[in-house]
Amino acid sequence: MTPHILTRSLDRAATSFILIVAAVGVLIPLSNLLLPQGSIFQVPTYLVALWGKYVCYAILALSIDLIWGYCGILSLGHGAFFALGGYAMGMYLMRQIGSRGVYGNPILPDFMVFLNWDRLPWYWYGFDNFAFAALMVLLVPGLLAFCFGWLAFRSRVTGVYLSIITQAMTYALLLGFFRNDFGFGGNNGLTDFKDILGFNVQADGTRCALFLLSCLALLVSFLICRVVVTSKLGKVLIAVRDAESRTRFLGYRVESYKLFVFTLSACMAGVAGALYVPQVGIINPSEFAPGNSIEAVIWVAVGGRGTLVGAALGAVVVNYAKTLFTSGPLAPYWLFMLGALFILVTLLLPKGIVGTFNAWWEPWKAQRASADDISAAREDGISEPNPAE
Amino acid sequence: MFVSCLDRLRALFLSILLLGSVTLPAFAGSFEDSVAKFANDEFSDTEEAVGEIAASGNPLAFPIISALQDGRLSADPETKKVFITGADDKVIDAATGTAVNKLPDGTAPVRLNNRLRRTVEAALGGLTLLSPDPAKRLAAAQSVFKSHEESALATVESALANEANKATKQAFAEARAAIILFKPDASENDKLEAIAVIKARGDQEAMALLTSLGADQPPLVAKAAAGAISSIQSNLATWSAVQNAWYGISLGSVLLLAAIGLAITFGVMGVINMAHGEMVMLGAYTTFVVQEVIRTRYPGLFDYSLLIAVPLAFLVAGGIGVLIERGIIRFLYGRPLETLLATWGLSLVLQQAVRTVFGPTNREVGNPSWMSGAFDLGQITITYNRLWILCFTLAVFAILLAMLRYTSLGLEMRAVTQNRRMAASMGIATSRVDALTFGLGSGIAGIAGVALSQIDNVSPNLGQSYIIDSFMVVVFGGVGNLWGTLVGAFTLGIANKFLEPVAGAVLGKIAILVLIILFIQKRPRGLFALKGRAVEA
Amino acid sequence: MNVMDTRATSAMLYLDGVHVSFDGFHAINNLSLMLAPGEMRAIIGPNGAGKTTMMDIITGKTKPDEGTVLFDGTVDLTRLDETRIAELGIGRKFQKPTVFESQTVQDNLLLALNVDHSVRGTLFWRGSKAESERIDNVLETIRLTGARNRLAGSLSHGQKQWLEIGMLLAQDPKVLLVDEPVAGMTDVETHLTAELLKQINRNHTIMVVEHDMTFVRELGVKVSCLHEGTVLAEGTIDQVSSNERVVEVYLGR
Repeated sequence: MTPHILTRSLDRAATSFILIVAAVGVLIPLSNLLLPQGSIFQVPTYLVALWGKYVCYAILALSIDLIWGYCGILSLGHGAFFALGGYAMGMYLMRQIGSRGVYGNPILPDFMVFLNWDRLPWYWYGFDNFAFAALMVLLVPGLLAFCFGWLAFRSRVTGVYLSIITQAMTYALLLGFFRNDFGFGGNNGLTDFKDILGFNVQADGTRCALFLLSCLALLVSFLICRVVVTSKLGKVLIAVRDAESRTRFLGYRVESYKLFVFTLSACMAGVAGALYVPQVGIINPSEFAPGNSIEAVIWVAVGGRGTLVGAALGAVVVNYAKTLFTSGPLAPYWLFMLGALFILVTLLLPKGIVGTFNAWWEPWKAQRASADDISAAREDGISEPNPAE
Repeated sequence: MFVSCLDRLRALFLSILLLGSVTLPAFAGSFEDSVAKFANDEFSDTEEAVGEIAASGNPLAFPIISALQDGRLSADPETKKVFITGADDKVIDAATGTAVNKLPDGTAPVRLNNRLRRTVEAALGGLTLLSPDPAKRLAAAQSVFKSHEESALATVESALANEANKATKQAFAEARAAIILFKPDASENDKLEAIAVIKARGDQEAMALLTSLGADQPPLVAKAAAGAISSIQSNLATWSAVQNAWYGISLGSVLLLAAIGLAITFGVMGVINMAHGEMVMLGAYTTFVVQEVIRTRYPGLFDYSLLIAVPLAFLVAGGIGVLIERGIIRFLYGRPLETLLATWGLSLVLQQAVRTVFGPTNREVGNPSWMSGAFDLGQITITYNRLWILCFTLAVFAILLAMLRYTSLGLEMRAVTQNRRMAASMGIATSRVDALTFGLGSGIAGIAGVALSQIDNVSPNLGQSYIIDSFMVVVFGGVGNLWGTLVGAFTLGIANKFLEPVAGAVLGKIAILVLIILFIQKRPRGLFALKGRAVEA
Repeated sequence: MNVMDTRATSAMLYLDGVHVSFDGFHAINNLSLMLAPGEMRAIIGPNGAGKTTMMDIITGKTKPDEGTVLFDGTVDLTRLDETRIAELGIGRKFQKPTVFESQTVQDNLLLALNVDHSVRGTLFWRGSKAESERIDNVLETIRLTGARNRLAGSLSHGQKQWLEIGMLLAQDPKVLLVDEPVAGMTDVETHLTAELLKQINRNHTIMVVEHDMTFVRELGVKVSCLHEGTVLAEGTIDQVSSNERVVEVYLGR
């Protein structure tokens, strides 16, 4: 009677999304590697890296949609989890440079030699091991989100208050990571990466593999989100979003639900950051800037909050537009456009692209469904109570 | 008339003194002989020469010794002639003052070692101790205090006896005490008295002086010195606390100024205006424009530029605020998170607009004369611009409070804050109140911009640096309560400045943010929260 | 004193000497009230009498400044939060109908069922036959079987009121706190609601807050009149409505 947890999570839109992402994830690398250079169907390597970046942003957008669209938690600090995941990956990549750095120190990254440090700080231990670094990619953002959420949700910090303290959180991290003595490269961050798992990060093959991996991560994140939102837990999340105290009076421990979904979302953002870093080749404190986190929220708003597919779509669309405009003669006007996008989307398109599309599509579907209901009700011989209004 | 008479008398006195001091070392040799000692290339001879020349009263004494200090004094070991190279590369004979074409071959600069440098400094200090300019005398006394060179004692004592200016006299007394303290053959009693004088001075330098006192002192003196050190230490600690408190109050006033407008819009409308910082920025740019116009057209009005800018900034920012409310925010009531996003977008647009019009770099906004400068209060320095901003902030706060209490708009605003639905059903036009409130909040932000232009860089990013801090103040103080904002701002300002010396500026700021996050856990609605059912609905 | 204690332990809900003030305003003032197991009690009183605040106190939303609030004779409710109190078996219907508007009627009831409410439990939840039968039963009781797949937000006001009562039924608590269940209902609906509550009362303790005197009369149960945060009168509807003070402050002459 009740379908399996996975089949339940796949409706038609979700299936098409998965097929499209899978197709893109396979076709772009294939075209880059197999077709001759110069062919009109060959995707140049720089575009592979660029689209890889978009895919990472799409994962970040999914993670934001999961908490904002379904649970009503507007985090203005999700860039912090993204950046922390990125730093964890960056630390692994730094350790892989080994003695090929400018100063040739086999252990210490260049910036530490430059600062006259004589040994590795303890929190850099273990990052030469990929498995450990990968674990940290999940663990560090997850743990921060867990501690932060545990404090915030338990004392019922909600709405704009929560948004503002998440922003303060990423701002505090921004200030911290700018400092040299934090041991994360200060202002310049971590860069000049050479290898990942023994493969040259610049090589076409590595870039294609990273792109494929990013698409895979997007698919897995999407599936996890779908499983969560289509389960009964998803219904509880929506209940919390729409009427938090009512949910409490039904006997749900709202803070546990929020904490679960917030931590899950932070881990996803961390993965996105970790895949982002080797593809763009740098991670620096500016990723913590509050503006970045808010920009990520607007991707979700543009695509349509509470739709998952929309979040991913919004991330790609807005970032594609950003690339298009900031590289052309319209560059000085990009911030005007971005600002206007914030205003117009919230004023005129509150449901976003996918939400608005659904709003056109659903009535037609609902009409059919309720027609079925009414006929079913008639057959049961049950009359509806008279409406009061 | 009388004053100039006094001055002349003092000049007479001084010249007699100078003559007196010349007579004493006169039998050590003529001025020329003393100068020639520089050519011996012996540190001991150079030291003697400095002492004799300083005491000579010869008008060339000052140029010679200062040239020695700067390495511009050179000597010919053959002819025993000594030369001064002036700043303009002209060379003169040190003994006679006559001009020389160029340095003869074989001359070398007179060398100094560290001990000698101190002697030279002290000698220079002694030479200016008797300067007719009181500021120079004071500076000289301070430098003697630091160097406590024994050779200056006689000059200091005579200067002390004749000094009329109170502050300078005090400085001479302290300089004398410093010399006596370090004079090996001074009596124990004299030394104790000297310590008392230095202790009374009580600043960082007095402490440095006492700590540098050798261990070979008589027990009583050593004990008195130790006592004086600890007393100065506690004195200094007190003053540094006072200083931190002042910096904290000053920062608090800036925070309050930036946050008041936000407190009003957030309190009354529950609207988070992320473009609030940009209203501050617009106020600062209004000041810039006003000053530009004044500079080019009516330079005489410069001192009044801020008085002109305040109402203009209020109108500009307030007007834009009303436009924002009518054009954007009123469509988003009941959707606070969306309002937050829309106003963030607006802040991007405003920043970019200002960047396009005024350029991305800092613009110069000047201090009017009544806001520049500083004065000393005890051991701390208070700058006039910070003081004025504090006064200004408190004035704005008081006016706002009075407005809320005594005007009908204030009454309506309070009604809407406490219970929007009830206020609406009582016939208050809530939408008009909203527009005016938003305009008022923005206008105050504009005024804040005028004040902040005096202490911060006026650039398109000006607002951004205040927005998070302002929110922290409002959230910490509690929404819907201006007193909460006041207490919040000063608490955060002072906490920040007391943490800074301990943790460093950045870590201090991080610590404050973390503390606020923890505080919100304890009191999610701030220090002074409204309670009751209406608030939670 | 001894008598007091036995009464306390036998009562389903026991409030004694409860005070709450908001910024100097005394919303609840020395309130004492007792509900026996299986009892239905109607609470009447003018606006601002503290009826809703009393429910807030019982359900843990508001903490009293002083006073005793006991559930089932032993459990001190003032130390517990909303979730824990709901788990213990106190259900609440709000004054303004509060259903999950963007979810279907069926899902609203599903959420209300008193099954495993842990994160793990809901994440790996797979429906059971017993659960769907209970939902079917409740739907039938509240006459919304035909609307089971409609969004709760699209229901009429009266239907929402019933859905919320249905959610209480699905929750199956020991005590139901029902705040103004018939506000905005037609006479027929009001009558049906009274019947429904009486039916529920067969195996639940109920506290109903209501202004509609016809409805209260129809329930035919003991009535308490609240005024300025304290109990003004208690007894049958006829006794209370003939009380001088009640007439003065509430019913009007």
